[in-house]
Amino acid sequence: MDAFTTHTGIATPLRVSNVDTDQIIPAVYLKRVTRTGFEDGLFASWRADPGFVLNTEPYSRGSVLVAGSDFGTGSSREHAVWALMDYGFRVVISSRFGEIFKGNSSKAGLLAATVEQSDVELLWKKIEERPGLELTVDLEALTITADDLVVRFTVDDYARWRLLEGLDDVDITLRSADAIEAYEARRPAHKPTTV
Amino acid sequence: MGRTLAEKVWDQHVVRHGEGQEPDLLYIDLHLVHEVTSPQAFDGLRLAGRPVRRPDLTIATEDHNVPTLDILAPIADEVSRTQVETLRRNVEEFGVKLYPMGDANQGIVHMIGPELGLTQPGTTVVCGDSHTSTHGAFGALAFGIGTSEVEHVMATQTLPLRPFKTMAIEISGRLRPGVTSKDVILAVIAQIGTGGGAGYVLEYRGEAVREMSMEARMTMCNMSIEAGGRAGMVAPDDTTIEYLMGRPHAPQGELWDEAVAAWRELRTDDDAEFDKVVHIDADALTPFVTWGTNPGQGLPLSEAVPDPEGMSDDDAAAVRKALAYMALEPGTKLRDIAVDVVFLGSCTNARIEDLRAAADVLKGHHVADDVQMLVVPGSMKVKAQAEAEGLDAVFTEAGAEWRSAGCSMCLGMNPDQLAPGQRCASTSNRNFEGRQGKGGRTHLVSPLVAAATAVRGTLSSPEDLTHTTLTFA
Repeated sequence: MDAFTTHTGIATPLRVSNVDTDQIIPAVYLKRVTRTGFEDGLFASWRADPGFVLNTEPYSRGSVLVAGSDFGTGSSREHAVWALMDYGFRVVISSRFGEIFKGNSSKAGLLAATVEQSDVELLWKKIEERPGLELTVDLEALTITADDLVVRFTVDDYARWRLLEGLDDVDITLRSADAIEAYEARRPAHKPTTV
Repeated sequence: MGRTLAEKVWDQHVVRHGEGQEPDLLYIDLHLVHEVTSPQAFDGLRLAGRPVRRPDLTIATEDHNVPTLDILAPIADEVSRTQVETLRRNVEEFGVKLYPMGDANQGIVHMIGPELGLTQPGTTVVCGDSHTSTHGAFGALAFGIGTSEVEHVMATQTLPLRPFKTMAIEISGRLRPGVTSKDVILAVIAQIGTGGGAGYVLEYRGEAVREMSMEARMTMCNMSIEAGGRAGMVAPDDTTIEYLMGRPHAPQGELWDEAVAAWRELRTDDDAEFDKVVHIDADALTPFVTWGTNPGQGLPLSEAVPDPEGMSDDDAAAVRKALAYMALEPGTKLRDIAVDVVFLGSCTNARIEDLRAAADVLKGHHVADDVQMLVVPGSMKVKAQAEAEGLDAVFTEAGAEWRSAGCSMCLGMNPDQLAPGQRCASTSNRNFEGRQGKGGRTHLVSPLVAAATAVRGTLSSPEDLTHTTLTFA
């Protein structure tokens, strides 16, 4: 995973709450067995509408998505994160995320930044006053800067550390291989096996 | 201070406690795998030269892409076929047991775990599927994960996790005839919202829950994710133990006694404190249906489509957007909404008890003209059981279609899909825009409401039908 410290890019406002992962990428786009190429499925139904924000310049070139509350609810499909990243997004900002989506983001290298809903409103206003405005998201300082506006965001400590260092989860866990073996040795005999 | 059920199961699985930024490392007892969220995980293992650490704690099935007609024929859709064939190659290479299409044990991943007796109290269960919460009905800590985590579990049999918060859903009183656990969970989600459970494990408690069958508990736990919850749980009791006894992977002999003794300890201590408590009055519940485009947008069937007029700006905007998609007018009685399709199936409501309840309503009736009804058992085991009981004949004589096991019309990924503009009463779990097929409109309902709706052609409960006796309600 690439390390993430700061990112500056065009902000795209998505004034919708409860954006479930079926909207981010419909199931029909999940059939690919590769890890890339999911950008076509991103918001596929909504993109059929010429007025949708991603069909509008300069928002179509955005890399920071500012969304309504409860972004990424529903299905566990990590393809939702991949679709956002394949399209070019590096950061999603919302006042609340679906739990699994948030976890998937941190594993795949997409920053899911949680801010107060009032700050989402301020960011939307700012962006729509100046379409094409670039936001700077600083993961060290936990700040989002939009022109003269600075808002704070939160992200899980572990996710932040791994993003900053670009660390692979499995490598970190395998440092505890001895502890895993010790645990396996003391598992109760009545636990099920699939064989 | 005492501990909750979720905290007890958590504590039993800590491989090492977190230090610094690192959270606890939790051992995973059972990893369920299906074709959609696993290919990139197997690829990751291959690239890193890692094996599946515990194939004996891993099991795979084919469900999302499965056509429910001609299940033995090759899948016509080339991309779907590739995904299923990729799973078959991967399980072969990594030594994982697979129940493929055509196998007597094939079915939706959340059906086969319990059926095989693999889902047991006090276990940790994960799957690259959000409805893994289903397995919490056994007192397991069970939750959905993404593909990166699927790879992580395959490689290490563990997950680094922050403890979840705990929420008690106290369901007092008793459910009235004709009211099911599906109505309970839809009412819970309408009450706390689709984000209300975010960060929590929901433990369902109370008299009404103790009286529920395992099937009914699974339905409720299944939709915990629709309230934003990481997991849903019910403490194991005699009902749980009776369900598990004699199942293929349940412990035998002395190990059974040992397991039962351990399972009996799995309950929330009387002096434990939940981070949040929600109360539901079971006596007051009536059949519940959704009118909007998320599972929190539901109401009792006796009510009408809500009017955004007078709501706060944000709420009104969300309701208007949902009503526009659903093509519904405020004030329309829910019972007056006509449907094109009825879907009885999915990991939420495709167990034998669901099929029995629906068949009981349909007996002596016929599906309305211009309504298509799909009955899709959740597993081949359920299919065989239903056929042994003659339920398939009840469905087909009523004019419904009797299919083979799979996720079917729950999600638009296999041939069973709504056409744009079609309206469906569905026993599944998500009424998101396009969930059942692009442009399709979904009303989430219980199996009883589904069956009654199929007969009348408009959203209905069995009490709207004449000459119906309810024995399975």
